[in-house]
Order: sequence, then C-alpha cells, then structure tokens
Amino acid sequence: MSHFLDRLTFFTQERERFAGGHGETRKEDRKWEEGYRLRWQHDKIVRSTHGVNCTGGCSWKIYVKGGIVTWETQQTDYPRTRPGMPNHEPRGCSRGASYSWYLYSANRLKYPMVRGRLARLWREARRTLAPVEAWASIVEDPAKAREYKSIRGRGGFVRVSWDEAVELVAAANVYTIRKYGPDRVCGFSPIPAMSMVSFAAGTRYLALIGGTILSFYDWYCDLPPSSPQTWGEQTDVPESADWYNSKFIIAWGSNVPQTRTPDAHFLVEARYNGTRIVAITPDYSEVAKFGDLWLHPKQGTDAALGMAMGHVILKEFHVARTVPYFDDYARRYTDLPLLVRLVKQGERYVPERYLRASDLAGGLGQANSPEWKTVGLDEASGAPVAPQGSIGYRWGPQVEADLGKWNLEQKDGASGREVRLALSLIERRDEVLPVAFPYFGGQPGQAGGEVLVRRVPAKRLATAAGEVYVATVFDLLCANYGVDRGLGDGCAKSYDEDVPYTPKWQEAITGVKAEQAIWVAREFASTAEKTRGRSQIIIGAGLNHWYHQDMNYRAVINLAMLCGTVGISGGGWAHYVGQEKLRPQTGWQVLAFATDWVRPPRHMNGTSFFYAHSDQWRYEKLGARELLSPLADPARYGGSIIDFNVRAERMGWLPSAPQLAANPLEVAKDAARAGMDPKDYVARGLREGTLKLACEDPDNPVNFPRNLFVWRSNLLGSSGKGHEYFLRHLMGAQHSVLGADLGESGGTKPEEVAWRDPAPEGKLDLLTVLDFRMSTTCLYGDVVLPTATWYEKNDLNTTDMHPFIHPLSAAVDPAWEAKSDWEIYKAIARRFSALAQGQLGVEKDVVLQPILHDTPAEIAQPLDVADWKRGECELVPGRTAPNIVVVERDYPNTFKRFTALGPLLKTLGNGGKGITWSMQEAVEGLAALNGLVADEGPTQGLPKIETDTDAAETILYLAPETNGAIAVKAWDALSRQTGRAHRHLAEAREDERIRYRDIQAQPRKIITSPTWSGIESEQVSYTAGYTNVHELIPWRTLTGRQQFYLDHRWMRDFGEALCVYRPPIDTRSVAAVRTRPPNGNAEIVLAFITPHQKWGIHSTYTDNLIMLTLSRGGPIVWISEVDARRAGIEDNDWIELYNANGALTARAVVSQRVHEGMCLMYHAQEKIVNLPGSEVTGKRGGIHNSVTRTVLKPTHMIGGYAQLSYGLNYYGTVGSNRDEFVIVRKMAKVDWMDEPLAQERRTTP
Amino acid sequence: MTTLHAFLFGIYPYIALAVFFVGSLVRFDRDQYTWKSDSSQLLRHRELRWGSNLFHFGVLVVFFGHLIGFLMPEPIVDALMTPTEHALLAMVAGGVAGACAIAGLTLLIHRRLADPRIHANTRPWDVAVLAILWVQLALGLWTIYFSSADLGGPMFSRLVEYVQGIVIFRGGNAELLVGVPWVYQAHIALGLTIFLIFPFTRLAHIWSGFATVAYLVRPAQIVRTRGRNPRGGFPTSAGG
Repeated sequence: MSHFLDRLTFFTQERERFAGGHGETRKEDRKWEEGYRLRWQHDKIVRSTHGVNCTGGCSWKIYVKGGIVTWETQQTDYPRTRPGMPNHEPRGCSRGASYSWYLYSANRLKYPMVRGRLARLWREARRTLAPVEAWASIVEDPAKAREYKSIRGRGGFVRVSWDEAVELVAAANVYTIRKYGPDRVCGFSPIPAMSMVSFAAGTRYLALIGGTILSFYDWYCDLPPSSPQTWGEQTDVPESADWYNSKFIIAWGSNVPQTRTPDAHFLVEARYNGTRIVAITPDYSEVAKFGDLWLHPKQGTDAALGMAMGHVILKEFHVARTVPYFDDYARRYTDLPLLVRLVKQGERYVPERYLRASDLAGGLGQANSPEWKTVGLDEASGAPVAPQGSIGYRWGPQVEADLGKWNLEQKDGASGREVRLALSLIERRDEVLPVAFPYFGGQPGQAGGEVLVRRVPAKRLATAAGEVYVATVFDLLCANYGVDRGLGDGCAKSYDEDVPYTPKWQEAITGVKAEQAIWVAREFASTAEKTRGRSQIIIGAGLNHWYHQDMNYRAVINLAMLCGTVGISGGGWAHYVGQEKLRPQTGWQVLAFATDWVRPPRHMNGTSFFYAHSDQWRYEKLGARELLSPLADPARYGGSIIDFNVRAERMGWLPSAPQLAANPLEVAKDAARAGMDPKDYVARGLREGTLKLACEDPDNPVNFPRNLFVWRSNLLGSSGKGHEYFLRHLMGAQHSVLGADLGESGGTKPEEVAWRDPAPEGKLDLLTVLDFRMSTTCLYGDVVLPTATWYEKNDLNTTDMHPFIHPLSAAVDPAWEAKSDWEIYKAIARRFSALAQGQLGVEKDVVLQPILHDTPAEIAQPLDVADWKRGECELVPGRTAPNIVVVERDYPNTFKRFTALGPLLKTLGNGGKGITWSMQEAVEGLAALNGLVADEGPTQGLPKIETDTDAAETILYLAPETNGAIAVKAWDALSRQTGRAHRHLAEAREDERIRYRDIQAQPRKIITSPTWSGIESEQVSYTAGYTNVHELIPWRTLTGRQQFYLDHRWMRDFGEALCVYRPPIDTRSVAAVRTRPPNGNAEIVLAFITPHQKWGIHSTYTDNLIMLTLSRGGPIVWISEVDARRAGIEDNDWIELYNANGALTARAVVSQRVHEGMCLMYHAQEKIVNLPGSEVTGKRGGIHNSVTRTVLKPTHMIGGYAQLSYGLNYYGTVGSNRDEFVIVRKMAKVDWMDEPLAQERRTTP
Repeated sequence: MTTLHAFLFGIYPYIALAVFFVGSLVRFDRDQYTWKSDSSQLLRHRELRWGSNLFHFGVLVVFFGHLIGFLMPEPIVDALMTPTEHALLAMVAGGVAGACAIAGLTLLIHRRLADPRIHANTRPWDVAVLAILWVQLALGLWTIYFSSADLGGPMFSRLVEYVQGIVIFRGGNAELLVGVPWVYQAHIALGLTIFLIFPFTRLAHIWSGFATVAYLVRPAQIVRTRGRNPRGGFPTSAGG
C-alpha cells in the first residue's frame, strides 16, 4: 500500500533461510521492480532507418514514449530468404543503435541560424532595401563580403526566424541567377538511396532553377572507374546474402565486420557452411579474424599481388591446360577473343585499338555503325566476323537494321550464323611479333616507366588501309602478365623467376610470400572450376582510395573474369565502398531532376568541380608526363593536370560548372538579338573565341560558384579532400595551407587555364547548410537550417546489401523548429518564386551537356581523339563538343512546378540505361493516388506532390522496381534491342504496386527491372551481371562484353590499356614543408591512410557521445609500435601530422595492428570534438583531410567513347587520397585555444 | 519572554519535527526516484576525497554526540561522569569533530562554486544546504567559547533539560532558554530549521545512510517471492 508502511511488517514477515544462512527467502514488497518495467514501456513503435551514407539500410523500430523518441532496436521482420539460406536479420549495429542520442543532444540544431556578421549586414540593408537589392549591396561591397566570409568557421551564429533565413537564401539565389547565371547556384548532397525524398527535395529545386547538381560517388572516391571501364556499369554488386552461396571468398581491403556490420553474419554463416575465406589487408583489421589465411601486402601494392595471382591463374588454368568452363566463359562473355591491331613503332609493335568491322573490306557487311563493331576470328572458318552484342548493334543512324542483334548470342551479326570465336592465335598465327608493353613497377614512386618486349602470336589481315597485324586480347594478356608460351621471349619459365608479374616478383614489392600468393590464386581458380564460378572477391576502400585504384581493381577483376565468376551467384566481384543502390532510380530521377518539367538537368562531376574551385590545381605538383606510358608521345600531353580536365570539358567528355564564362540567360538573349539559334550561336562563339568556357578561367569572379547548398552531407568535415584549400579559396576563411602555389614556387603553370594573382579567397557568397547537428560543415556555413532527423520525416531507403525497400517514418514531429528537407526546400522555392517576380521571368537558359553514357551519342568519337580547339576536327555540338540545349525556365512558378508532376512524362516518357517506355498509365494512376492540383495556374489539373509522403508515392509509382506494370514495360523495351524475351523476369509481379504504407508495414522485396543486372528471385540471390550471363543482355561496353582491354587513345598512352602494376604516386607534400621550426621531438614520415570510422556513424558522424565514450573521445591516429619508438611517442600522446597541405592534431594509438611505415586515421573525426591547436600552424588543428589534396587522373576524364562516357556518379575523376605522406611528431605543448574571443572578432547583429 | 521566543523554542520545534517526519515519509512514498544523495563524484572527484570524508566524519561524530549527550537520561550520565567531565567531553570531542566537519565543508563549498563543471550542475538548494550547514557548524563551534565559561554549570543543564523537554512534550519549555546567550539560541533555531528543510533536500539520504547499517547483518542473498500465498508459507517445488 505504501513503500513505507510495507516495510513496517518486519516482525510478521515470513523468512526462510537457506544455504546455511547465507541466503534468505522473503515475501516483501516488490513494487520497486515497476521501475524497470516502466523503463522499457513505450507508447508506440515506428519503423524508420538511418539515412546516413552507410550501406546497411537496416530497418529499425523507433520507440516513442511521452512524445519523445527514447531508443531504437533492430526490426526482425524482413521477408525470409529461401529454404537453405540464412535470413537477413538481425541487421543493425551499435552505431545505428546510438542514433537516438542526436535528437535531444546539445549538438542538435534547433533553430535557423545565420552567421552573426551577415545577419547584421542583412538587417541593416533590409531596413532600406528590398531583399534582392539588399543581398546585392552586401556581396558587391568587398569590405562587407570580406567581413562575414573571413570569420567563417569561427562561431558567431545568431538565431533567426525561418522567414528571415529563407528570404536571405532565396534573395541570394535570385541575385546570383540574374547577375551571373543559374549554373552558379550549386548543390551537394550524397547517396540518394539513403533518403531519396530528402535528396530529391534539394535537387528538384536546383533542377527547376537551372542550378548545378554535383556528383558525390566519384568525389568520395568510392566510385571505381574500373567498373564502368570493364562493364559499362557504375557499380553493381551481389547482395550480402550471396556470400553464403560462395565457396571461396577473398576479402580484399574491405573490413567487413566493421564497415558492413549488419551483413557480416553472412560471412560467418558462409564459414560454417564450409566456405574458405582469405583476408587481405595491410593492417591487422577485424576482417582478418574471418580468414583461413591473412595476407598483409604493403599498403598500396595490392595490384602487384593481384597481377601475380593473375599470372598463376593464366598459366595453370588457361595456358598449361584448358578448363572447359573458363574457356567457354572467356569466349562468350569477355573481350579475350577479340582482335586488336598491332602497329609498328620502331623495331617493335605496340597494341593499338580493337579491329573494327569498318577496317575490313565492305565493313563485314555492316551498314550501321561499322566503326563501333569489334571483330573476332571464327574458329571454324578462320574468317573475321563481327559478333553480335557490340555497341555498334545498339546505336547508330541505321540501328533499325540491327534491332534484335544487340545480345550475347554467339552469332555473326551479318549472317546470323553461329560462331565460336578463337581465343588465341597461337595455333593459327602468321607470325610471332615483338610487342612492347609499358611497365611501371621498376622504380617505385618514380616517374615514367620501362618497356617490356614480349613475343605475341599475330595474324595478318587485309584491311581497307592495307595489311595489318592483329592479335587477340587473350594473347596480349598472357604476354602482359609475363606468362611463358614457348615463344622465346623473356617471360618467366617458373614462378621463382623475378620477372614481372610472377609471384616471386611481387614478393619484393608487397612482402607477401610467393607461395602464399600461388596458393590463394590456385585455390580461387580451382574452386571456381569445381563450382562453375562460385569464387568471390569482396573488395573495399583499402584498394579503391588510391590514385591508381583502377589498377588495383582491374588486377582483381581480371581474376574474377578469368575464372568465369562474374554473373554467377556466389561469384564475382563485390565492391563495397559507398556503393548505394538507388533501386527505384528511374522513378526517382523524375522527382529529383525535375525531368517532368525540364530536361536536361545540370549535372557536374564533383571532383573536377572542387579541384577547380577550391584552387587545388594551383598547387599541383604531379606532372601528367609522370603518368604517361613510355610508349606514348609526350608531345601530345603537355600541361598541368587541370589542362586535361579542360580539354575533356571542351571535347564533350566531362561536364562543366559553371559552363560558359557568361550568364547563360544572357547568352540566350544575345542569340535572339543576333537572330540565331542559341545552339549555333554558342557553337560559333566557342569556335571563334568570342565565348569562352568557364573552366578556362576558374579564378575569374564571373566564374565563381556563388551559392552552395549542402544537405545530408558533411562536405567540409568528411569528404572534402584538400580541406585547407577549401577553407582558403572557396570559403575565404582561416586556413592552414603550408605549401606554396605554382606562382610562388615557380612551378609549371597550366596551359589552358588563366593564372590570376592574387589567388581568389572566398569565392562562395553563400553557403547554406541543412543539418540536424552542428557539424564541421555547419561551422563554416552562412545560413544553417535545422532539418528533421531520420526519426522525424517520411522517406525511402534502399541498399545493395539486401533486396528490400523500406521507409524512414516520422516517429515524432521534428523537434524545436526543425523541418524536413522536403519542407525546407519547398519554403525556399516558395520565397524564391515570390522574389523572382520582376527580377526573373520565363527565361531561356543555354545548357551544355557532355556526351552521356547509355545514349545514342555515346558513339560520338570513334577510333581516335580529336580536339576541335587544336584544329583536329570541326566543333560539332554533341559530337566533338558538349551538346548545347535550350531549356525554358519559369522562375515565378518554381514553387508550383516543385509541388506538381509536370507534363513531360506523358509526352516524352521515362527510361534509363538506354531504353525508354511510356508513362501515360502511370501518370494517371499517380493522379488518382495523390490527387490533382486545384489551384489555378500552370499546374492546375496535374498530380500533386505536396508532402514528403506524396513525393515517396511518386517515386514508388513511377519506378519499375516498385510498380510491376512498368517493370514489364521496361523489359519489353529492352527486348526490342536484344531480340530476346525478358518479360518473364517481372511478369509474375505485374499487378504489384508497392506503396508507402506497404513498406511501413514490412520491408518489401523489389521487382526485377532492366535498370539492374541482377534479378530478384526465389531461385538465386541478387548478383551483378546475372542477366548478362543468363539472359544474354550485353554489358553496356564498346564490345558488349566484359573488357580486359581498353583501347581508347588516352588509356593506351597512359599505359593502362591492359592492367599493370603502378606504385603510389609521389604527391611531394612532405618535401615542400621540410623547413618548419622544430619542437624538439623527433620527426618521422609515414604513409597516411584514412579508413572507415569505427566509433562514428559511418563516415560522417563522429560526435555521438555514446560512440566517443567507446574510444578515446576525440581525434586519434593509429601508428605502429616500431614507428612510435622511433619518434619517441607513447600511447595516448598528443601528436601532430603535417605536410604541405596543412596540419592536424590527434592522440596516438600505438598498436601492433598497424604496419610499420604507415599511420591510420579514421576519417571524419569532427573539428568540434576535443581538438587542440597545432604547433606548426598556430591555428586550431585540422581534420583528416587537412593533410590531403585531390589529384585528378586523366584517364578518368575520357568521354564520348562507349562505356567511357559521362554519367552522373558513373564515370569521371575521383577524389583519391591515399597516396599522401605526412610528417609525424609528438607535440611539445598542447594548446586548447580556449581563451575568450578577442574583442575584434566579437559581433552583435 | 517575547512571542517570537515562545514561538521559536516552544512551537517551532514541533512544526520542524513534524515536517521532518511527515515530509520524509511522503517523499519516500511518493518520490522514490528523488531519494538520493545527488553525488557529483562522477563529474569530478578532485577535492571530494578530503572534503567529503572530513565533513562526513566530523558531522557524524557531532550528530551522535548531540543525540547521546542531550537525550541520555540524567541518572545514567551522572553514573558515568561528573557534569564538568560531561561538558569537557562535549567541548573537546565536539570541537575536534566540528572543526573537521567545517574544514571539509569549506572544501566542498569551494569545489561546488569554483569547479565549472560542478557549478554548472548545481541547483540553488545545493548551495543553500551547504551554506546552512556551514553556519550551523560555525555557531556550534562558537558555543564552545561560552560553554568553557560555564563548564557543566547551570546553563549546560538547562540546555540538556530543554532538549529533553522537547522530546517529552514538556509545557513551558521555551522559558528554559530565556537568558541563554544568543549563540545557543541561534544554533538551536537553525538546527530546527535543518530538520524543517530536511525532506526537501538531498539531506534525505541521511536516512538511507543509517539504513545501510542493516547490510552488516543481512544474508548475502535475498530471494523475494512473487506475491503472497493466501494459505501462508512459501510456495514449494510441489506447488504447495
């Protein structure tokens, strides 16, 4: 009855002693136990997930109690797999389980905030001026602009109302569009798959106003260009359940238990099921515990190990004996039997491009695109044939003639006769020729390479241009790998010879014992032989983040292809590096890029954008000629790295942002005044030089990216390689760049790009950041808008690690004044539309578009490279230069367009990956579902997209993966190209429409669509390339096959036509700062490796106290015991790392885990957590990217050439960061810099 | 004798003690999650070792000194020692313990106000309780000056009589304190106030502190049965 009175029963209580009086049984009050029951009681459970850039995509139960989110636990109701397979759950990790901390943490953003000095300037100006004029009065006054830009990153935010914040942003956008052009308004947000509606909110706004949408996958260096190079596919990988189907797994540079925690159970279960696992990582990472064997090559040398393994597999399974399965696979699905021209260079020959049908008499009977049809030898007749499936059967002016021939049936395209292509010419050779191959492995870190001459069996063919020698890719590959074929060259007779690329040869480079390399290769291949391809390679950032990542990757991919594992369940290549699968992609792109209203959107590759606009090119120390093949003509490749990017942009290979060195709205008006079609007007201007591309002068104020939106991202705290350059040039803030630029150091300046002194600082006028927490990026923002957390909004989530689509749901309303991203961009669009009145009307906008992959234009530039500016060809938009498109923008109706589904879907349809289908019925269905806009105006009668759930329904209804009828339509559309029936893959689910409420009830398995190369089925797990192998749909490459050989001129000249080993590049970052004052402690130089976070939420959030409590509560760097001894560092000492790029401070973790000569720093350790000042710079210590700088690779800029054509997040330069070295030393004095703000920095609005 | 005097020493003790008992009971029953010492040891242990230990040692000696010294029946005291000895014991033991307590408390006050982390987690009541205790200890130490002049004389007896008078509800008890030096009066009035505020502050943990003594005699393992068996006795494995 009462706690107290109940205790007054002392004498009446029955007690019984036991255990010799040590225990006692009592009947006493147990009401206190209610406390524990109450602890776990809750009012409701809501299904949501974590919209972070993590591939987990785990469904979670969010518990709400008294209107407060209290905790979360893992959902366990995924649809089951099939008998004999483990189920998916439980999915989730400790990081996800700690997320609810953010909602009510001190670090939560609660109100809109503006940088104090800007707020004061804005309010002063607004007293007398209208919003757009007020903004102009601030940014056009250098003193005022400097005043608020220079203080970025150093606090001083004030709380403002939503109205004021939104008005400021909208006014800045209107001003920037009117004055400089819409492409000067940019936006960055990564990984739409993690929260599709939130991503789409911002990009829909940007697409409607003509802003620039930046890519992220390549910028994060998660995109492996080797994938588009080999397969014409951005990245497609097996779901984690497919590991269970594998019999031999190599986990290479991928720390599965740490970075793929919810999936790791499949690896354990696979082991129980008898799968053998080999772990390959330089450090003793957690994945090593899964390994039957752990190999630890020196960091950055993985390609050498991969090449040696390839050497063993080629020799033992392809040359010494023929494995029928491998042989058949190679002939059907790879370019190994295709012919490559050998051209004479001095005394020897070099492999040139693939032989094309157009080279041969009569074009082998091919009328359509013969120059895009590759050729092999028919084994039976010995005659050259152009087998079906190459890209020439897919596109071309007379593609009607080839309809139904774009497939992998082993047929001659001309006669339709069955053919079997010869893999090697060794039996039918006319001659054995000395062929030269580039080799870069001789002098580690040094420029240039050597030449290896191998003897290759060749055949003479009569072509239109006379006789040429040809060899098959297979024979070239064997020669390149140094496999001896008894032709009397310098190839290794045994594995013990130190000849490239033998197991012995790699031993000196990687430190891995030759016999171990041989054993792994042999086991991998023999397992694949016995199981018909069930050997798999899981591969990760440990290989992908290097400058020569494509060599690491192609060395590994070659193993997978040589053993016939790609496209086989349990086999293939599993790239798990930030590779999200936006499953309903084609439905989503309508919403995200507003293709229902305007086409095309302005897409830009992030890496080139940031390289140019954070002026990292001004500090470039890597010369393009260091990268060239010794077989190339260096005269063709002059200039600095950015010159190559500029050339790529003007040849239509890569996109540009901004595009023209003029306001595109004004260009359209000028064209009208001149009475010309804007397309011709711009082409003429470029040709004559009266109009320039902005990329040729990125430091010119008219070409600055003026406004930047960052949402769902921690650009400056996480992914911004060259952090200090960002701060210096883009932000104009305090920075710690320690090196000199090319002007100061007297280096070679670019040829194509204008050099301006002094370098601009503070290019950005306005950085608007949407976030739910005060991240490092927010610190540098001018306007910070509080968004809903992942438990406060409705959205969609998919991943490639499991086949389900599931939601984010609002468990509670956004706390304080936060709003969902969808509502925030709606608010901005609404105010923008109002402010546009009288400033901007219905405008014509000239948009430049690069040559895109999976469009008919991707066969624009056959055979060789030609630059119009050098007079090598005519400027033809969309063919030798970017395409020029005029888009009409209705600025005052931006908001109305934002919230309604536009008319273009009905008229133009929708599609993806080279096929289109009609959308009539889908649009009508969606109209019935979402309702129609009733308000008068241009959107009256169109389907509504008002709320975030409307937006989610739009995505689901328009995508084949979630709307069965569209899936069937899409397969039928593909059938027209391939001539094969595919609709059976989706037909059983034709009537299914997955709706938002459905996935709130339970995650739903998506429907098989041609957007992806795997299938959703009861028979097999999802794996990449499955439909290529089993449905005979060609890979979307030049040859239609998986390519070992890349014949583009630049690939050849940069020495990467075939895979080779290339050591890490020399960034020269350490040499440039050797003269810094000593602090009395020893200095050592270590390789700087930035792997994945362990105690943060994926790669972005490292301020969660629950997680920080598990480690050291602040920035840490791992170093080896040996190096620690050398530098006099003890565990937990404060150390400093620096080089020409900047400096960072952290505590040392001294561990046996780490390889000598390298250090590890988990990325994205926030600037706001426990970070003291740096002794070297005298400023606050930096983050992991303070010591890195982006270096672009020219081969990633190639475009207009089949699979080597641009696509957003598909191809392009990547932001690699692992080739850096840093100077490490113990700090003498730790300065927390926590004295009060100096008077002159204070501010009151 | 003024009305105020009559109230303070005649009526106020019963108000204070009633609030003390009833308040403690109500809080124990209604608000068990607030029944705690509010230790700040997790935030910072610096100064706590000396401050807290000195204070608790001193204040416990002083507490039991008062309890025994004032409430032990006179015959027993007389049998053990002379009034002078009694007074000397009280002054010396109380003086030493009181000095320890006030030294410890001074450290604790410094810690609470000077340490930013502790200060940020301090409520006004926390400071008030420390301040009141410090003043009370100071007053108590000050009485030694007067007691040394009396040494077991009439004033000392009157004080003992007064305290015992409260417990046995003697009428006109307040008159005993007329003419007693103000320091004693202030010490008593403030002491009663401590009882008054007791249930509303972290002082409630004193009850539990004393209750912990029971652990000394408790069996190592306690098993609590589920609910009461209507037939009496414990459920057995046979279901009885």
